[in-house]
Amino acid sequence: MSWLLVYPIIIPMMTAVASYLFRRSPAGRWISLAGTGALLLASGLLMANVLQQGVIAAQMSNWDAPFGITLVADYLSAVMVVITAITGFATVVYSLAEIPRRLEQLGFHALLQVLLVGVCGAFLTGDLFNLYVWFEVMLIASFGLLVLGGSREQLDGGIKYVTLNLISTIMFLTGIGLLYGITGTLNMADLHLAVREVENTGLLTTIAVMFMVAFGVKAAMFPLFFWLPASYHTPPVAVSAIFAGLLTKVGVYALIRAFTLIFDQDIGFTHTILLWLSVITMVTGVLGAAAMNDFRRILSFHIISQIGYMILGLALYTPLGLMGAVFYLVHHIIVKANLFFVAGVAKRIAGSTELSRIGGLYAHAPLLAFLFLIPAFSLAGFPPLSGFWAKFIVVKAALDLDMWVVAGLGLAVGLLTIFSMTKIWGAAFWPDHPDGIKPRLSDIPVGHRLALMLPIATLAAMTCVIGIFPEPFVQFAETAAGQLLNPSAYLETVLGVQP
Amino acid sequence: MELLLAITIGIVVATSVYLMLDRNVLRFLFGLVLLSNAVNLVIFAAGRLTAGAPPLIADGAYAPDGQIANALPQALVLTAIVIGFGLLAFTLALVYRTYKSLGTVNSDEMRLAEPEDTHK
Repeated sequence: MSWLLVYPIIIPMMTAVASYLFRRSPAGRWISLAGTGALLLASGLLMANVLQQGVIAAQMSNWDAPFGITLVADYLSAVMVVITAITGFATVVYSLAEIPRRLEQLGFHALLQVLLVGVCGAFLTGDLFNLYVWFEVMLIASFGLLVLGGSREQLDGGIKYVTLNLISTIMFLTGIGLLYGITGTLNMADLHLAVREVENTGLLTTIAVMFMVAFGVKAAMFPLFFWLPASYHTPPVAVSAIFAGLLTKVGVYALIRAFTLIFDQDIGFTHTILLWLSVITMVTGVLGAAAMNDFRRILSFHIISQIGYMILGLALYTPLGLMGAVFYLVHHIIVKANLFFVAGVAKRIAGSTELSRIGGLYAHAPLLAFLFLIPAFSLAGFPPLSGFWAKFIVVKAALDLDMWVVAGLGLAVGLLTIFSMTKIWGAAFWPDHPDGIKPRLSDIPVGHRLALMLPIATLAAMTCVIGIFPEPFVQFAETAAGQLLNPSAYLETVLGVQP
Repeated sequence: MELLLAITIGIVVATSVYLMLDRNVLRFLFGLVLLSNAVNLVIFAAGRLTAGAPPLIADGAYAPDGQIANALPQALVLTAIVIGFGLLAFTLALVYRTYKSLGTVNSDEMRLAEPEDTHK
């Protein structure tokens, strides 16, 4: 059994326990920081191993698949775990300055670590019911983080977030039950083989759509996204940032996994639904963003819009399309978390996230303005940043299939993204502050300034590096897409036999 | 027996949907509880209903004797019940806290986190 697959789950779990025990002393936050550092290391080791061997798997308690729970990492899982560790680490550093003592004492760091447990578990598991369990772990931690502190807005947003996510969970569980009923297995690799023997394909497609709805809610796909803009702007910024970066992407990951490995029987039906939903998701998200007047709300709607591109890549179901989806996932997590971090600093020095009530950031905090422009342009798809390549690959994949309308809409949405980024720029950065405040970074104490700006600068540097040297990343995404479309290595590693 | 279970599940789901369409968040929550239990029954039924013995292996034997019940759906249901209970407890506390804080359980009146309505 390979321990490498277990570390990304066990490390944050132990960190959660330790930081909860020390939540009342300052030690708690340093334990949390050290824990995410260790997670970063473990995910790096996992990645190195996956790069060497292609796919690695571990059977828990030595119960062979399909009877036990299998943990498995292919290229996609490995890169998602790495990016989770990076985002987690950045969030913990950022929260050192942003999260007040009161929330730390309520167990902020413990909840954050439990969230990381759930996310890593969801990326690594090879068993459908186990995926459900990790989803729940992630969900309960996110519930806690969302309402931690209990302000009135948080509770209001929390109710909507909690109820809609619970419905999605129930849908997911129903799908699992029915799928087990017709195939008799829950191991994903085994399901890949078992669904080919199912005679009642109509029932299988029905179940596929149930999974689509369940994961669609998690991924904030149209028309199931309403919980996201209702809640993501209410918690502390560190929480918003990690939610925006990771949570919806777990939904997208689950969609990609389920609709390449399990439900690839009736592509003409399921993937056409996904295709049009993804296009509408892109368009509604960006239009919603254009109508908003709050920094974090605009960013929240952009999450939805960008989710559309990723699902589009999956729906095209070509090597290039899936490659684009994988590349987009990684790029988006970095950029979106970063934009939320910037919004948090803007709130701290200018006093609000309402665009009409802030200003003067360009004149008095040029560094922040510069660091905002990088992820903002990357989000919109300007060369030479990572977003350019992500959009380029997805749009190219659509053009290769002669889908002119889809490709055109993809480009138009990019243009509208720039529109709402200019809106933020034009209200928060360019004009003077309406109250005559001079929002300077130097007003923040040095230690806090470091903790706030370091994650922003690092993530901005990452999007630049991916943009300027895309070659290795594109090759990686290509291999990941190849593994998704032809899972023979995955099946062989998990089941131990030639399929 | 399957038919009876299917009808029962149908009735429970219908009731829960009716409850979940209510503006009162507490009623919505009750609907959610019913729904999650209906799903547990779905899983149970999906594992086939048999009149088998408990899945126990006698001392010294390697396989159970005769027809036995499928233990896996029961394990799944058990896990789902535990998780569902935890989530329910959390949600109930959240609704109570929201009621104390906002003074309402009507979802139409929960507009604090929404943008100002400009079309009044």
